[in-house]
Amino acid sequence: MSKLGNLGARLHRGEISYDFVGKRKIWYGVSILITITAILGLAVRGLNMGIEFQGGAVFTTPVKMSTSVAQAEVFAKDASGHEAIVQKLGNGSLRIQIAGIDTGKSDQIKTKLAQDLKLNPEKLAADLVGPSWGEQIANKAWEGLGIFMVLVVIYLAIAFEWRMAIAALVALIHDITITTGIYALVGFEVTPGTVIGLLTILGYSLYDTVVVFDSLKEQTKDITKQTRFTYSDIANQSINGTLVRSINTTVVALLPVAGLLFIGGGFLGAGTLNDISLSLFVGLAAGAYSSIFIATPLVADLKEREPAMKALRKRVLAKRAQAAVGEDLADARGTAGDESDDNAPAVVGPRNQPVSRNRGRGRTSGKRR
Amino acid sequence: MAAPKKGRSASAQSKPGRSLALILIAIVALTAGMFASGHRTPRLGIDLAGGTSITLEAVNEPGQPNAINKTNMDTAVDIMNRRVNGLGVSEAEVQTQGDRNIIVNIPKGTNSEEARQQVGTTAKLYFRPVIQREATTGAATPTPSASPSGSASPGAGSASPSASGSAKAQDKVSGSSASPSAGATSQGRAVTDALKADASPSVSSSPKAAGSPSPAASGSADPSAAAAAKQYATLDCNDPKQRAVAGRNVKTGETTVACGKDGKVWSKFLLGPVDVSGTEIKKAQATLNTQGAGGWQVDMTFDSSGAKKFADVTAKLAQRTTPQNEFAIVLDDEVVSHPYVQTAITGGNAYISGSFTQKEAQSLANMLSYGALPLTFKEQSVTTVTAALGGEQLRAGLLAGAIGLALVVLYLVIYYRGLSLVAMASLLVSAILTYVIMSLLGPAIGFALNLPAVCGAIVAIGITADSFIVYFERIRDEIREGRTLRPAVERAWPRARRTILVSDFVSFLAAAVLFIVTVGKVQGFAFTLGLTTVLDVVVVFLFTKPLMTLLARRKFFADGHKWSGLDPKSLGAQPPLRRTRRPAGPAAGPADPKEA
Repeated sequence: MSKLGNLGARLHRGEISYDFVGKRKIWYGVSILITITAILGLAVRGLNMGIEFQGGAVFTTPVKMSTSVAQAEVFAKDASGHEAIVQKLGNGSLRIQIAGIDTGKSDQIKTKLAQDLKLNPEKLAADLVGPSWGEQIANKAWEGLGIFMVLVVIYLAIAFEWRMAIAALVALIHDITITTGIYALVGFEVTPGTVIGLLTILGYSLYDTVVVFDSLKEQTKDITKQTRFTYSDIANQSINGTLVRSINTTVVALLPVAGLLFIGGGFLGAGTLNDISLSLFVGLAAGAYSSIFIATPLVADLKEREPAMKALRKRVLAKRAQAAVGEDLADARGTAGDESDDNAPAVVGPRNQPVSRNRGRGRTSGKRR
Repeated sequence: MAAPKKGRSASAQSKPGRSLALILIAIVALTAGMFASGHRTPRLGIDLAGGTSITLEAVNEPGQPNAINKTNMDTAVDIMNRRVNGLGVSEAEVQTQGDRNIIVNIPKGTNSEEARQQVGTTAKLYFRPVIQREATTGAATPTPSASPSGSASPGAGSASPSASGSAKAQDKVSGSSASPSAGATSQGRAVTDALKADASPSVSSSPKAAGSPSPAASGSADPSAAAAAKQYATLDCNDPKQRAVAGRNVKTGETTVACGKDGKVWSKFLLGPVDVSGTEIKKAQATLNTQGAGGWQVDMTFDSSGAKKFADVTAKLAQRTTPQNEFAIVLDDEVVSHPYVQTAITGGNAYISGSFTQKEAQSLANMLSYGALPLTFKEQSVTTVTAALGGEQLRAGLLAGAIGLALVVLYLVIYYRGLSLVAMASLLVSAILTYVIMSLLGPAIGFALNLPAVCGAIVAIGITADSFIVYFERIRDEIREGRTLRPAVERAWPRARRTILVSDFVSFLAAAVLFIVTVGKVQGFAFTLGLTTVLDVVVVFLFTKPLMTLLARRKFFADGHKWSGLDPKSLGAQPPLRRTRRPAGPAAGPADPKEA
């Protein structure tokens, strides 16, 4: 704790910092690589859509079945290789729904299933079912997503600035692409749960990015009035300053999801829980990564193209060059020149007066201003 | 020194106390409401709890052999989906099965009777002029109606005479040029005395065209008129068999007969050709009319062609006398209401008011909004179904979520020590509020929770924790700047608040847009997201912050005890610190954090 607290303190004061912005080319490269993999996965393997999206076959058994729902699930999976939805109806018959089966395959599965269930295939009613999550729902979901993205860009452009809005959008698309790509690669079935997981990420990814941007906006308020830091330097300080928060929030959000994915999934094998938690897990991790490594460096990149920021960079570099010259002189005199870089208030030495007499003097302690 | 300090803290003290009291009262009230309502758990969707499955079969209509095709079936699925999922939170599922069946699955706890009516009704709606009508209980003695006096709205409604003096509130149709919402109804329609039975015939305040009315059917070149008139003469609407066939399969351009219920009494109607059809209604919604007689009504907005036709028809009808100044609203061959018209209604807005209950009005509005089914369906079977996923998925999900939460708590304790108490209390408050509100929303709006939503709620807890972490880190930053706890807590708040609000606004925007635009399960998800986001803000503002303010006064925290999570030393605060007396030494310096 003490160590962690210290780390936080030193990050806060900028004593230690990692150069996130300076190494942005690496992060961009990593992201582009993952994104290409994801897109390839989507293109080659495609998404394995569940019965809710593409329909499938439904088999209805006669009444008075002794087979349990769990057994029937196993049989259906054996027969078809797909996850099946099995429900017991009021009259005791079973309704078995299997995704993605065309008529040709349906007969084969029906025969196999009837054999497993110890039924005469004649008695097993087979029919094709349409999607319950029809095209209209999907289209409306896309439409909603589009409208949301437009609005959020407008909102962020007003609340922050357009460069941040663009960067946030890029980070968001990055997260969604990676998550769907991993889905394609793993080959899990896409259920409504998956889609809902994806939409949850949408909000969370932006949430994370907005927190970092908020601190960035605050710290760059009077940036042109100083000549010590370039915009990239301050962006880097922002990331480092909010790093502890970013790590904590990601851990706290990921722990329950990891529980769902590894414990819940481990208990039951594949299932809806896994579908949802996988998309959440990958998406949350991607969201945390993109808020630090993609969104903020991208803002810095865009900002540095502004004439005002270019001029600032010139001034800063000129001053640093001057300082370097001055430092050489100072070193000759034997004082530490880099101390001047430290923004910390002057060190107040120990005092030997009683504490009570010392109150409210020197620095403000918040009681007397 | 001490006195002003006391004063200041006293004034600040009332505030956190008030907020905390407010949220605690809210929790107690909601929880009490939950136990009182008898719905102690949130309703679960089909995937977790099963429900009822209705199978509907499309019926061939005479003369339309090719009506049952994929396009029409898909349209029917869409319309039914919207009807049963009016708010999008009830988790009902609709899908086709084979070429001519549609399966509708409704989660447990939904009123399946109501749902069956909702999905099975074709909802073909027509406006037809009334030529003749007659109550089946002997002579029709029209109840008089006073028409509204001094009404501000053009085409103010008047009550239609209802037969047999039943105590039914009478239907009125009114137009308004304003939007068809509460605004339109608040235009000072006078309370009529229409409900009082009175033997004198209706007197209307607007001058009517003199001259006796001629039945619309006479002199018209409509061959169906004579046949319909013959049918009308023999029709007995008290006989359910006759009711069932009255007016079936009549073309829109023909005169027809129909039955309709006035209160408890069936009336028979002779109706002219269709003037306006339900497909020309752009939007309909149920509103509560607080003006006049009050009660529920259905506001309708016509599209441009419908609006024009409606204006023409009402202008024509306004010239006639009872009953030919009435038009019948015919839903699936049954007259649901037959308001009379006083002046032309222009502007494309109208409302139907009558003796609607809230449910009736909403269901009618729902059907009018989503249009008529392209096919007629008959119910094939209704059966219960078990959970699609089985209970073990929910159990495993909850267990895994609990383990995950335990890990979160452990992490918070290690990192934030004493502060984690605040976080845990806040999480607990969030969890209780979420649970209680979801339980109450089940009966209120048919909200049902499916497995994705349960997972979403677990993730939402992480997002809620995010808000405190933003705030805690801000406080610790302030302490690192060398402030003592109390000012640090107060100074950190405005900045943390802004971050929390901006981020939560983004989440809420996502929820709102998705809720408005989408349908079905996505809409249900958007609702859950919006709810948890709002609760997040409520909890942080009314609970976490006031609690922090109170705790900042406790010695344990204010003095930065080692276990409080606010120890300035371990946070590496910049000196000077009130309490610490450092040994004088060259090593003592802020640049050397090792000593902390």
